[in-house]
Amino acid sequence: MSTVSEQHAHDHHHGHEGAHGSFASYKTGFILSVVLTVIPFALVMGHMLSSAMATTVIILVLAVVQMLVHVYYFLHLDATSEGGWTMLAVIFTFILVVCAVGGSIWVMYSMDMNMMPMPAGMHM
Amino acid sequence: MQEKSEMISSLFGRLSWDAIPLHVPIIMGTFAVVAVAGIALLAVITRFGLWGYLWREWFTTIDHKKIGIMYIVLAIVMLLRGFADALMMRLQQALAFGDSAGYLPHEHYDQIFSAHGVIMIFFVAMPLVIGLINVAMPLQIGARDVAFPMLNSVSFWFTAVGAALTMLSLFVGEYSRTGWLAYPPLSELSFSPDTGVDYFIWSMQIAGLGSLFTGINMVVTIIKMRAPGMTMMKMPIFSWTSFCASVLLIAAFPVFTGVLFLLSLDRYVGTNFFVNDLGGNPMMYINMIWIWGHPEVYILVLPAFGIFSEVVSTFSGKRLFGYNSMVYATVCITVLSYIVWLHHFFTMGSGETVNSFFALATMIISIPTGAKMYNWLFTMYRGRIRFEVPMLWTMGFMLTFGVGGLTGVLLAVPAADFELHNNLFLVAHFHNVIIGGVLAGLMAGITFWFPKSLGFRLAPFWGKCSFWFWMIGFGFATIPQYMLGLMGVQRRMNHFDDPALQIYFQLMAFGAVLILFGILSFVMQLYVSFRDRDQLRDTTGDPWNGRTLEWSTASPAPVYNFAFTPIVHDIDAWADMKERGYKRPLEGFIPIHMPKNTGAGVVISAFAFIWGFALVWHIWWLAAVSFVALIGTVIQYSFNYKRDFYIPVDEIARTEAERTRLLAQQAGS
Repeated sequence: MSTVSEQHAHDHHHGHEGAHGSFASYKTGFILSVVLTVIPFALVMGHMLSSAMATTVIILVLAVVQMLVHVYYFLHLDATSEGGWTMLAVIFTFILVVCAVGGSIWVMYSMDMNMMPMPAGMHM
Repeated sequence: MQEKSEMISSLFGRLSWDAIPLHVPIIMGTFAVVAVAGIALLAVITRFGLWGYLWREWFTTIDHKKIGIMYIVLAIVMLLRGFADALMMRLQQALAFGDSAGYLPHEHYDQIFSAHGVIMIFFVAMPLVIGLINVAMPLQIGARDVAFPMLNSVSFWFTAVGAALTMLSLFVGEYSRTGWLAYPPLSELSFSPDTGVDYFIWSMQIAGLGSLFTGINMVVTIIKMRAPGMTMMKMPIFSWTSFCASVLLIAAFPVFTGVLFLLSLDRYVGTNFFVNDLGGNPMMYINMIWIWGHPEVYILVLPAFGIFSEVVSTFSGKRLFGYNSMVYATVCITVLSYIVWLHHFFTMGSGETVNSFFALATMIISIPTGAKMYNWLFTMYRGRIRFEVPMLWTMGFMLTFGVGGLTGVLLAVPAADFELHNNLFLVAHFHNVIIGGVLAGLMAGITFWFPKSLGFRLAPFWGKCSFWFWMIGFGFATIPQYMLGLMGVQRRMNHFDDPALQIYFQLMAFGAVLILFGILSFVMQLYVSFRDRDQLRDTTGDPWNGRTLEWSTASPAPVYNFAFTPIVHDIDAWADMKERGYKRPLEGFIPIHMPKNTGAGVVISAFAFIWGFALVWHIWWLAAVSFVALIGTVIQYSFNYKRDFYIPVDEIARTEAERTRLLAQQAGS
C-alpha cells in the first residue's frame, strides 16, 4: 500500500525536481566566469603576449572552460542530475552535432574539390 | 482600375478564381466526389446530433488513447488518398507507351508522384506510428497519460492541419511537382513559381512541429513516468523502440524545419542558399534534408520492429529471445542512423573516401537489424505459435523485409549505386522496406491493439484476406520493378518509348489492383467487426494471452488506465503477474488526479491552418493576424489554472465493479 500512496503523492508533485544550486555555487560560478572573461580582455588590451597565435589559443581554451563553467554552475549539469539523463542527453547531442556539422563540412568540401573549376563569381 | 487590382492583391495575395482548376476534369470529378461525400458525412453527423459528442469526447480530448485512435483514423483516410495516387500512376505507366500518351499530362503526373510520397510518409506512416505509440506505450509502462497531455493534442491537430493543407492543394492551386523532398534548384522560385512548393513547405513545417512535440512528449513520458520497479532494462521492447524513435524525432526534425526554412527564405525574400549562382549550392539542401531523412526512416521502422517483438513473443507464447541484444541493437541503430545519410546521394560527386565511409557505415547498420531478425526467429523456434493475423503480418514481414534489406545492402555499394541511383531498383527497394517493414508492422499493431482500444477484436477472415492480397499484390508490384531497375529504367517518367517494357508495367498495375483489394478487405474488416462487435467483444482485457502491462487492464482501458499503479518485477510484467497468481485489488481506491479536456489544441491548430494558407497565397495581413492569434491563444491557455480534476472514488469503484462482473461472467461461461 505504501507504494500506492507514494505514487499518489507523486501525482501532486508538478515537476521542478532538478537541483537549483545554492547561493555559494552561483557565487563561485559568477566569480569564475568573471575571471575567465577578464583574462582574455587583459591579454588583448594589454598586449601581454608577443605571439598572436598564443593569444588566440589561450582565448579559445578559456572560452571552452567558460562554457563548461556556465553549464555546470548555472545550468546545473552534472553526472547525477535527473538520474544521469541530462548528461547523457548532452553527450548524445554533442555527438550528433559533431556528426552532422563535421560530416556536412567534409562532404561539401570533398564535392567542391571534385568540381570543375568555374569562372570567378560563379564559384561558391 | 489599377488601384482596384492593387487593393484586391493586398487583400487576397495571389489567390483568385483562377486558382481553382475548373478546366481539369479529373480534379473537378474528384472534387465533386469529395464534396458530395463530405456533405453527406456532415449531414449524417448533424442528423444524429453527434457534433456535441465529437467535440466533447474526441476533438477536445487529451486522453492519449483517444488521440492515438484519431491519429490512426487520419492515417487511414490519407492512405486512401495516397493509394489513389499510386493507382493513377500505375495505370498511367501501364498505358503510356509509344504513341499512346496515357491519360495524365506530365504536370499532373508530377504532382501525383510528389503528393503520393509526401502523403504516404508524413500523413500515413507517421500518424500510424505515432498513433500506435500513443495507444500502447503509456499503457505498457503503467502510466496514466503522457507527460504533457495538452501538447499531445496540439501535436495531433498540427498533423491534421498539415494533412488538410496538402489535401486543399488538390482543389485550390496546385501541389508541388518536385518529388517528395522538393530538391532545389527545381523547387526554387525560378523553376517552380506557383504555389505547389509553398503548400509543401508550410504543410511540412506545421506537421513537422507536431512530430517534434510528440518526440519530446514521449521521451519525457518514458523517462519520468514508468511504473515503480520498471527499470529501463525491464521496459517492453515496443516502449524501447518508441523511446529511440522519439529521440530521433527530437534530434532530426529541427534539421528538417531548418532546411525548409532556408528554402522558404529563398522563395519568399530572395536569399540564395540553394540557387545555382551567387554562392548558393543546391547540394547543401540535399545534404541537409537527408541528415533528417535517414533518421526519419528509422523513426518509422523502429516502432514497427517493436511491434514485431511484442507480437512474436505473445503469439509464440514465449519470452522474447535476446531481450538485451534487442535493446542494444535498437540503440545502435539510433546512433548509427545519423552517420549514413550520404548513401542517398553517392552520385553527387564527393570523393571516394567520403563515399566509402558512408558505404561502410550503411553496411554496418544492417548488422543490428540482422541481429533482430535472428532474435525473432529464435523466439519462434520451439514456440507454440498461433497463426493469428498479427503473426501472419510478422512472418510476411520477415520474408519481404529480408529481400528489401538485402537490396538495401546492395545499393550501399557506391559502384552499384552509380548504376542504380534514382531508377526503379531504388523505388522497388524503398517500397520493399516501407511496405514490407513499416506497413506490415503497423497492420500487425493495429490488429494486435485494436481490442485494447475499442473493446472488440477485428474479425480475422477479412484480415487474412487483406494480408494475402497485400503480400501477393506487393510481389507483383515490386518484382518487375526490380527487374526494370536492373535494366536501367528511370523513375518518375510518365511515358516510355520502348514497347518491350510495357508488360512489366502491366504486371505492376495488376499488383496495384491486388493491393487495392487488400485495402478494401481491411475497410471491410473494420465494417464487419463493428457490425459483429457484440460477438467479438473482449471482456477479459487480455484477448491474446498477452505479456505486457497494457493487457492487465480492461478493454477498452478506463480513462485512468490503472486503478492502482502496477508494480513491476520482471520483463514481461503481466506474464510475470499472471504466473505469480496476481489478484486484482477490488477496494481501497483513492481519487485519481487527471488532466481536463481542452479545446485549446484545436483552436491553436485552426490558427496554424489559416497561417499556412495565408503564407502560401501571400496574404500577408492574414498571416500576421493568424500568427498573433496563435501565439495569443498559447499565452492565454498558459493562464488556465483549472486544468486538472480528481476522479472520485465511487466512480472508480463503479468502473472496477463492472470489470469484476464481466470477468466473473467470463469465468462462469
